[in-house]
Amino acid sequence: MAIKLPIYLDNHATTPVDPRVLDAMLPYFTEKFGNAASRNHEFGWKAEEAVENARGQIARLINASPKEIVFTSGATESTNLAIKGAAEMYREKGKHIITQVTEHKATLDTCKRLEKYGYEVTYLPVEKDGRVNLDELRAAIRPNTILISIMYANNEIGVVQPIAEIGKIAKEKGIFFHVDAVQAVGKIPVDVQKDGIDLMSISAHKIYGPKGVGALYVRRKNPRVQLSAIIDGGGHERGMRSGTLNVTGIIGLGKACELCQQEMAEESVKLSKLRDRLKESIMSRLDETYINGSLEHRLPHNINISFAYVEGESLLMGINDVAVSSGSACTSATLEPSYVLKALGVGEDLAHTSIRFGIGRFNTQEEVDYVADRVVETVTRLRELSPLYEMAKEGVDISKMKWVAASDTH
Amino acid sequence: MAYSDKVVDHYKNPRNVGSLDKSDPTVGTGMVGAPECGDVMKLQMKVNPETRVIEEAKFKTFGCGSAIASSSLATEWVKGKTVEEALAIKNTDIVRELSLPPVKIHCSVLAEDAIKAALTDWKKKQGEAEATPAETTAAHN
Repeated sequence: MAIKLPIYLDNHATTPVDPRVLDAMLPYFTEKFGNAASRNHEFGWKAEEAVENARGQIARLINASPKEIVFTSGATESTNLAIKGAAEMYREKGKHIITQVTEHKATLDTCKRLEKYGYEVTYLPVEKDGRVNLDELRAAIRPNTILISIMYANNEIGVVQPIAEIGKIAKEKGIFFHVDAVQAVGKIPVDVQKDGIDLMSISAHKIYGPKGVGALYVRRKNPRVQLSAIIDGGGHERGMRSGTLNVTGIIGLGKACELCQQEMAEESVKLSKLRDRLKESIMSRLDETYINGSLEHRLPHNINISFAYVEGESLLMGINDVAVSSGSACTSATLEPSYVLKALGVGEDLAHTSIRFGIGRFNTQEEVDYVADRVVETVTRLRELSPLYEMAKEGVDISKMKWVAASDTH
Repeated sequence: MAYSDKVVDHYKNPRNVGSLDKSDPTVGTGMVGAPECGDVMKLQMKVNPETRVIEEAKFKTFGCGSAIASSSLATEWVKGKTVEEALAIKNTDIVRELSLPPVKIHCSVLAEDAIKAALTDWKKKQGEAEATPAETTAAHN
């Protein structure tokens, strides 16, 4: 079977829209194009019906009630709404928030802004496997803590946090628990009741839905969570998020969730096998390769590998018919290496050599085999070019070397 | 970020990859950069002590495509030049030749530094006493 190039293995960054999702969305662009808030005619009613149907599809995937789903422009907005909305609503109760260092920037930057407004934030460290330590979390709780925000699974290293245990602790202490579940929803079982979650961010474009739409789960019972809106104007979504609903996007998100619910069990087994195949094929043929983050508590379709002595961007250039991403500074707009890998204690030199692979619904075994071959080929070639590999082979301890910081360019 | 054709060419077909004998008195070795920064370049040159012409140059680089291209180009350029001519190579020449975007300019600076470091090492081996401030710093490290 001929492989179509380039191959897409960057499914943590985004995913292609599933054709079935697109089919569900299309009629609502040109035929049933009403504004879901138009209460007085059929165009509005049809749009509203479709939106409510989508609410149900999302709710069922996470074991919530449809009334607990708020639509947003995406998970970044959902996270902003959850954290800022809770912070403002419960500011009399307290102004302390607990989160952790490997969170997505949507969480970290939102917390940084709240710090400017006088809130205090504790950023818990993670262990080498990428998970938070529950004792450290308990110890960080204060009488004035109002929110704990911990992601379900990390976007770079795929590591899954002990969410149910954290949910229990939060409930014990009467603190709201927000979870950025962007990478986990639809990939592994997420149950807001079992996991004790009060607020949860969801993104459509990570689960084969369209970009520009997401949802926030907001608990209504045991306990009831209230949020101050961050966008005003019209009072849509029970006053929590004003603005005309992105009907087509919402339908896409709903359909994407429904497909995940139906196919997740089988799909996660298939993807896990492909991921393990990729890992084996690469690591059995190369020395000095290291997996970043826990293998045990990890998304089934993610692997993040450091290839010692080979810089990430040059590796990506060498496999330019494969789409993946790297934790190397050279690949980031700010020339900073991955803060997630740094938090794991991965040395900066190894952080520069890391590649993240995210396998998806539409990847095949042939593609995975091709990618493994290209990676092995390119790493081997680049190690021939690498002065570090040469020194390592000669037995030089690179960590003991004194480097000439050339012209203070760094 | 789109790479210029020249960068891609140097990456796919790097010139003069390899090593020269470090203990050879006519070989100068310069190693610049640091693994934590994601850029390490090793540049070696064999210089004829009478004519002061660079007869051979080899490089090895740990770094992005632009870093590899900059050091590969450096080895191409120094071959056949005298020590003084090679010391006159500026990073801006490399930037222009490879059409490096602003975010990659530091790769060209590193290549210029690698050339200077290798020639400083060669001079030291030849017992040349003259030292500019820049050379003293490099020699002390």
